[in-house]
Amino acid sequence: MLIRHSPDIASSEITPHAAYLRRREFLALLGATLAAGAAQAKPLSSAASRFSTDEPKTPRADVLAYNNFYEFGGRKSDPADNAHTLTTAPWTVRIDGLVAKPADYRLEDLIKPLALEERVYRMRCVEGWSMVIPWIGVPLAEILKRAEPSSSAKYVAFETLVRPEEMPGQKGLLQLLPWPYVEGLRLDEALHPLTILAVGLYGETLPNQNGAPLRLVVPWKYGFKGVKSIVRISLVEKQPKTSWNIQNPREYGFYSNVNPTVDHPRWSQATERRIGEGGLFAKRRPTLMFNGYADQVASLYGGMDLERYF
Amino acid sequence: MRAASAPARRWRVPKLAVYVAGFVPAVWTFYLGLVDRLGPEPIKALEQALGLWSLRFLLLCLMISPLRRAAGVDLLRYRRALGLLAFYYAALHLAAYVALDHGFDWPAILRDILKRPYVTIGMAAFIILVPLAATSTNAAIRRLGGKAWARLHKLVYVAAVLAAAHFLLIVKSWPAEPLLYAAATAALLAVRAIAAPRRRRTAPASPDPASKGVVIPGRPQA
Repeated sequence: MLIRHSPDIASSEITPHAAYLRRREFLALLGATLAAGAAQAKPLSSAASRFSTDEPKTPRADVLAYNNFYEFGGRKSDPADNAHTLTTAPWTVRIDGLVAKPADYRLEDLIKPLALEERVYRMRCVEGWSMVIPWIGVPLAEILKRAEPSSSAKYVAFETLVRPEEMPGQKGLLQLLPWPYVEGLRLDEALHPLTILAVGLYGETLPNQNGAPLRLVVPWKYGFKGVKSIVRISLVEKQPKTSWNIQNPREYGFYSNVNPTVDHPRWSQATERRIGEGGLFAKRRPTLMFNGYADQVASLYGGMDLERYF
Repeated sequence: MRAASAPARRWRVPKLAVYVAGFVPAVWTFYLGLVDRLGPEPIKALEQALGLWSLRFLLLCLMISPLRRAAGVDLLRYRRALGLLAFYYAALHLAAYVALDHGFDWPAILRDILKRPYVTIGMAAFIILVPLAATSTNAAIRRLGGKAWARLHKLVYVAAVLAAAHFLLIVKSWPAEPLLYAAATAALLAVRAIAAPRRRRTAPASPDPASKGVVIPGRPQA
């Protein structure tokens, strides 16, 4: 008897042979572009991923124009207006804490040994809007493994650049957050295959306003967990402090998993508005548990009271 | 009545022009929304623009008396238009919230009003403006009598405080804009708190409601 079943890997996910043969060329190009910095977007090629959604992508113009990146100002348009001042080359990332091999990595050395993947992910902002963004990046797990976390490491702490001369939101009277912007994940969240460090989007190196040259993307958590322009990744034993939790602990928790049943104290999280969808008369869409990634990540939180650990 | 004010007659901006100019932001923003030029979140942009203009007109309204008293600039004849514009914009803001933002999802809207302080407060501000708008006609002023009318319209201070708080409560962190509007509201109320006792001392028991800034049509102004 012949049992037919569909292959696990869709043909669309298999890298074309021609592209496969050019993989070294591509790595060389990546090294060069990362070294040159992202002053101008440079093309990046990447392999498709089975983790990508096939939902319609948010128009590139919206992904680049509508950002929360308070280092460049509080309005959504501020990052696009101001982030061009940021120099992203050379860029060094310190990996330290409870690891066998702490080091300062040049960005290109950190990323180059790894194959870039395109991950088309939903992104849900805590403010009630969402996008679908084709990120390009590498699994965070691959990077962490290279530093060899010790068994006492339980959490990962992230830190954004502090450079007031290039980040206008970090100077002046009214600063919206304490700097540096810090974020954190539990180690198992950080090692989850959905968690990536992104170096690009829409086939190009990351635009500055989206967190160039290196940012975190955790698609089942609210967008603010995706710390941008990362300069430091530390493995630690205790739950690290996170910026929005410092700013307002009643409203923003450490976990910040997308959860339509746990409201923000001031507004509902039951629905969201998809950016670029339908103009003035667009309908809200229901927000999904863990932003639609429940199948992959719900097991991380088995037995946890998600209203308490919001 | 016209004859009474005739001696100092100069050309003045007609009140109708205030209404026409006042509606320009609403029409323009709605037009921008229709042609998809309101940015990535057009509904929110329209909703917020309408709310912000309501607050602006409310504050303009509150500036009339201090301007008159301190700077001698008398724009009293436009105050009704400004107040009504604040009300119309609040109504449009509410309509955008109900129709565009929530697609007439009444249970969700009702839950929002009861559960979310910023919505509760915004709704309260609007409800306060309703009787003020309804008693904005000359006939209503005559029917109520100047004193009672002036007392009722003191509610505008409450509406302004609620509107400024409504704005502060919807933002993350402490951005400058809502703080500036809150400061402006506080300043306009503080000016009155300081001026009121002094006025009572210097000009006791004035029976003429005009001293409280109420213009009663059909009665010659002193």
